[in-house]
Amino acid sequence: MLMKEKQPITPVTPMSTTSTAIEVDANGKGPSMMDDQGRAVKDRDTVCDPPEVQRPNLSMSQLSNIQDTSDEEIGPGSEPKMRANEVSVSYGDKQALQDVSIQIYDDLVTAFIGPSGCGKSTFLRCLNRMNDTIPSARVTGCIELDGEDITTSSMDVVQLRARVGMVFQKPNPFPKSIFENVAYGPRIHGLSSSKSDLEAIVETSLKRAGLWDEVKDRLQESGTALSGGQQQRLCIARAIAVDPEVILMDEPCSALDPIATAKIEELIHELRGRYAIAIVTHNMQQAARVSQRTAFFHLGELVEYGRTSEMFTNPRQSRTQDYITGRYG
Amino acid sequence: MHRRVRRRYTIERWFRGVGFAAVALSILFLAFLLFNMGSKGLGGFSRYEAALPIDFTRSDLFLDPATLRGPDAEQTVASADLESAISKAAVEAYGPDADEMFGDAAITKLTKVIFADPTMLGGTSTLWLPVGSKLDVAAKGDSDAANEKLVDVLQARHSLRRTFNADFLTASDSTDPTSAGVWGALKGTFLTILVTMGLAFPVGVLAAVYLEEFATRNRWTDAIEVSINNLAAVPSIIFGLLGLAVFLNVMNLPRSAPLVGGMTLALMTMPVIVIAGRNAIKTVPPSIRDAALGVGASKMQVTFHHVLPLALPGILTGTIIGMARALGETAPLLMIGMRAFIAAPPTGMTAPATVLPVQIFLWSDEVDRGFVEKTSAAIIVLLLFMLLMNGLAIYLRNRFERRW
Repeated sequence: MLMKEKQPITPVTPMSTTSTAIEVDANGKGPSMMDDQGRAVKDRDTVCDPPEVQRPNLSMSQLSNIQDTSDEEIGPGSEPKMRANEVSVSYGDKQALQDVSIQIYDDLVTAFIGPSGCGKSTFLRCLNRMNDTIPSARVTGCIELDGEDITTSSMDVVQLRARVGMVFQKPNPFPKSIFENVAYGPRIHGLSSSKSDLEAIVETSLKRAGLWDEVKDRLQESGTALSGGQQQRLCIARAIAVDPEVILMDEPCSALDPIATAKIEELIHELRGRYAIAIVTHNMQQAARVSQRTAFFHLGELVEYGRTSEMFTNPRQSRTQDYITGRYG
Repeated sequence: MHRRVRRRYTIERWFRGVGFAAVALSILFLAFLLFNMGSKGLGGFSRYEAALPIDFTRSDLFLDPATLRGPDAEQTVASADLESAISKAAVEAYGPDADEMFGDAAITKLTKVIFADPTMLGGTSTLWLPVGSKLDVAAKGDSDAANEKLVDVLQARHSLRRTFNADFLTASDSTDPTSAGVWGALKGTFLTILVTMGLAFPVGVLAAVYLEEFATRNRWTDAIEVSINNLAAVPSIIFGLLGLAVFLNVMNLPRSAPLVGGMTLALMTMPVIVIAGRNAIKTVPPSIRDAALGVGASKMQVTFHHVLPLALPGILTGTIIGMARALGETAPLLMIGMRAFIAAPPTGMTAPATVLPVQIFLWSDEVDRGFVEKTSAAIIVLLLFMLLMNGLAIYLRNRFERRW
């Protein structure tokens, strides 16, 4: 087992000429430095840096992670959809997550991998403040959605969760009809003005979730009567019915068979152009298949974050290498 | 190894045997109760009537058919001595022993008959009138020798018949068992349960929802939880004392009223509903809450759109148990004065009333032997009422469960 203190968070660096230098710099940081940095950040009262400071061509705080914006998938200068900065989570006395900084981009799938209990689901749940439902959870740091800090108390969680949808590990349709499952979100948010409007939303959502052809003749049947894979696609349809900007998926395929998994993965590919997607998975092949960015978590830390293709072929951290090659986890 | 397996099977057989015996025993007790109540109580639903020829012209009634049309008709009949007229006619027909063979019920019926057809006052007519309590008991095969002889005389002349006692279901309490009925108590029970239900169900369910979904866990909520659990175990008569002290002495509400009875029973039922409600809410899977929160439902919407509908069958089960207990409760109602003799059905929430269990308790205390079967018959009515209410509640519960 590797020791926690000896591994600082490594900011992910672009594949550029400066990457080695930064990496050396990053590796050169000792644990004490980390602590100083951490305190320094906390003294700033977790106020996020203004977005322009994070631009690669401008000066930045040492810990700010820079994403290579010249990536082929996104245009240069593109702003991350969500930006997490120095996020730490503790449940009571137990530190679950420490100083995680990640960006999530529009049109990209970001996969969170890591062994069980490493904090990846915890982090995912921070992104739409689902951790609020756990009384002992304490979140520090800063998470921005389109430059707006969502961790402040002035942020309306109800609106936030409409903008950042979520799909859970176990398919959890409401024990209501298929139609009602999808229509619930638009209804409580008042997205439809008429019944035909609502029906159109339901149809579009089910079509986008690739479920329409299978259920169009039985919309009034119970959502719980569907198969596991169909239920999960129904949950995805339910999430996209409120027209979110980001979709978080917490191990969406862990309860499904390979064929249903393949369908969900296909669906993720299709949804990618429309929403920013973050997915937690235990399955490394899945991460490699569906994502463009991968973050590796271990023991509550973000060990490495970068392009998926690089991460799986050429990981910078030995821990990442060990995990990916199956030495632990 | 082989021996161990055989021992395991032996233990299993034993366990099955003991379980079966327990079930059989409880069925036996239930069968005994039902048989006992049925055999004793069914007699309470019927009564004997005897034929009585009355010559109105020779009686001392002095009733003019013309006066029975006016507004004072009721008073005129009431002031007429129907009792002695009946008694005289009975002695004439069946001998001197028969002077007390008819009771209050006969007078009531005669009054009705006269009102229906005043012309009969001008001649002689033979009427079937319900016999008095002693003769009724004798006809049903359990009384003193004199009355049994009279029964033989009547039967020999075919002047005795058994009919359905509609008065038992439509009349209220009376000192005369043949004219006593359960209608007043039934109505009182209905009104009381209505108040109990109306208070305990919403308050109990909302308290359960608040404690389970909204309240933060701290010392105060822990203390409240312990108090509620204890409250559910408090003997019911204590609630009666509480009702007496608070509702009657402090709030000055009327004694013996369904309103006060219902409030007292609501105090007693509420903790049961709160506990059942909390347990039902706890069993709603957290994934449903997550799902609703995930699409942006507020806490309130999660609770009222998803958690509460799913918990409702469980809550209703708890409510049924609480209501059934309240329905059969006597002690707290005695404390707030519902044991008074009330001969008229309650006209409202604040009118004096009694309830079925209290009525049963009062009748079981009566000296007159005629009340024995009335007591059992009232128990049958109470059980049927309970069955009806539980059936309704179970129907409602299944409806909510079967929705999806």
